[in-house]
Amino acid sequence: MIDFVVHDEGDSVGVVVVEGVQAGDNITGWIMDQDKEIQFTAASDIPIGHKLAIKPMKEGDTVIKYGVDIGKVVADIGKGEHAHVQNIKTKRW
Amino acid sequence: MSLDMSNTTFLGYRRENGRVGVRNHVIILPVDDLANAACEAVANNIKGTMALPHPYGRLQFGEDLELHFRTLIGTGANPNVAAVVVIGIENGWTQRVVDGIAATGKPVTGFGIEQHGDHETIMKASQVAKEYAQWASELHREEAPLSDLWVSTKCGESDTTSGCGSNPTVGNAFDKMYPHGTTLLFGETSEITGGEHLVAERCRNDEVRERFMFMFDRYQDMINRYKTSDLSESQPTKGNIEGGLTTIEEKALGNIQKIGKECLVDGVLDKAETPTGPGLWFMDSSSAAAEMVTLAAAAGYVVHLFPTGQGNIIGNPIIPVIKICANPRTIRTMSEHVDVDVSGLLRKEMTPDEAGDALLGSMFRTVNGRLTAAEALGHREFVLTRLYESA
Repeated sequence: MIDFVVHDEGDSVGVVVVEGVQAGDNITGWIMDQDKEIQFTAASDIPIGHKLAIKPMKEGDTVIKYGVDIGKVVADIGKGEHAHVQNIKTKRW
Repeated sequence: MSLDMSNTTFLGYRRENGRVGVRNHVIILPVDDLANAACEAVANNIKGTMALPHPYGRLQFGEDLELHFRTLIGTGANPNVAAVVVIGIENGWTQRVVDGIAATGKPVTGFGIEQHGDHETIMKASQVAKEYAQWASELHREEAPLSDLWVSTKCGESDTTSGCGSNPTVGNAFDKMYPHGTTLLFGETSEITGGEHLVAERCRNDEVRERFMFMFDRYQDMINRYKTSDLSESQPTKGNIEGGLTTIEEKALGNIQKIGKECLVDGVLDKAETPTGPGLWFMDSSSAAAEMVTLAAAAGYVVHLFPTGQGNIIGNPIIPVIKICANPRTIRTMSEHVDVDVSGLLRKEMTPDEAGDALLGSMFRTVNGRLTAAEALGHREFVLTRLYESA
C-alpha cells in the first residue's frame, strides 16, 4: 500500500496520495525514479495531494522536487511535517 | 506490452483541403457579441447545427483584432467543422471571416444584420443552415493514417497527482504518437515558469529555442507589468493550492511532464497560428483552460488530451476534450467528468506504459466517434483570448 510518492531520491518533499493521513501515522512511500520504498512517520495531518517534508528544512533553504528547485522555505519545516504555502513560497514573480 | 501503432488508423471526415476531422459540426459563428442572438436563433431553428456565442468583436484593433480574426477563421476552418454560417452586425468584417474560412474549400455563407434586422437575417441564415445540415449528414467517415491526426494537450485544476500521474500519461502517449508523424501541441506559457530551461533543452535547434524563449520572456514581461502580488491563488490557482501545489515552479514541473521524455519541440506558434508540419509544437497561450483549448482548436487540432487533478470540467464546442485523472478523491467525487482513470499509477497497480496505452485506446475510440464525458455533459466553453482593451 503506497501512502505517498517521491519523484526522485534527491527530493526534499513527497506527495500524499491517499485520503486521511494523520499525525503519528506510519506511512509507506514510493520513490518513483529509483523504484524504492521508504517508511515514514507523518508529523502533521496531511490531506491527499499535499506534501510532507522528507528531510528537515530551514528558512532560506531551496525545496527540491523532480530533482529541481520549486521554491524557497519561508518558515522552518520539520521532517514529516506538512509542507505547503504556509512555509514555502515561489522564487519567481 | 506497449501498444503497437505501426498500422493504426482512425476513421475521420476528410475535408476539401485534405485535413481530416473527427467530428462533423455545422456551426453558426458570430463575428461579434451583437450577432449572438441571431446565431442562437438559427441554431435553435435548424437541428444538427450549433451556435458559438462569445462576448467580443467590437472596436478591437491592432494585434488583438488580428487574433480575433485568426481565432474565428481558424475555428470555422477546423476540419471538425463541415460547414459554417457566419453572422455579424455589418458586412465588412463578416465577409473577412467568410473569406478566411472559404480558403479551405468548405461551404460557408455570411450575413450582415444592418439594413436587414434580426428577423430577415435569421430567416435567410436558417435557409442556408438547413441545406448545410442536410448536406453534412450524408458525409462519411473514412480510414486515415496517424499522420493525419492533430492532437493538443493542456492540463487544468492540476494538483500534485497531475505531475506524477495524469500528465506523464499524456507524455507517454505523445512519445508513442510522435514517431508516426502525428501533429502535436502544448502551450501554457506562464505555466512553464521554473521549467523553461527543461523545455529549451528539448527544442530541436537554436532557432526554435530562441523563438520559444522569446515567447516565454514576452509572457513574463506581461505578468511583471501587471502583477500586484506573487500571483498565488491566480497561478497557481486556488484549486491548485487546495490540491497541494504550492508554487508556480512546482506546477510547471508537473505541467511539462505532458511532453513526454523523447519527442522534441519542432516549432513555436503564436496564439491560434496553424503549424506547418508534423511534430511537437509549442503555442504561446494562456494557461486558462477554455482560452487555450479554443486557441488549439483555432490552430486546427481535432482532439484534446486534458489531464486534471482536482477536476476541471471543461469542454469545447468543436473538439472533443478527453479528461485523464489520477486523483482517487476526484475519481470518487466527480467520476462523470473523467474519461480515463489512471489512479492505479499511484498505487503501483498500473505502469506508465499501461496508462499511456489506456489513454491512446480511449483517444482512438473518441476520434472514431465515441462522445467524451464533456461532450455528453454539454460542455462547450468557447473563450476568445484578448490582448488588451477595445478602442
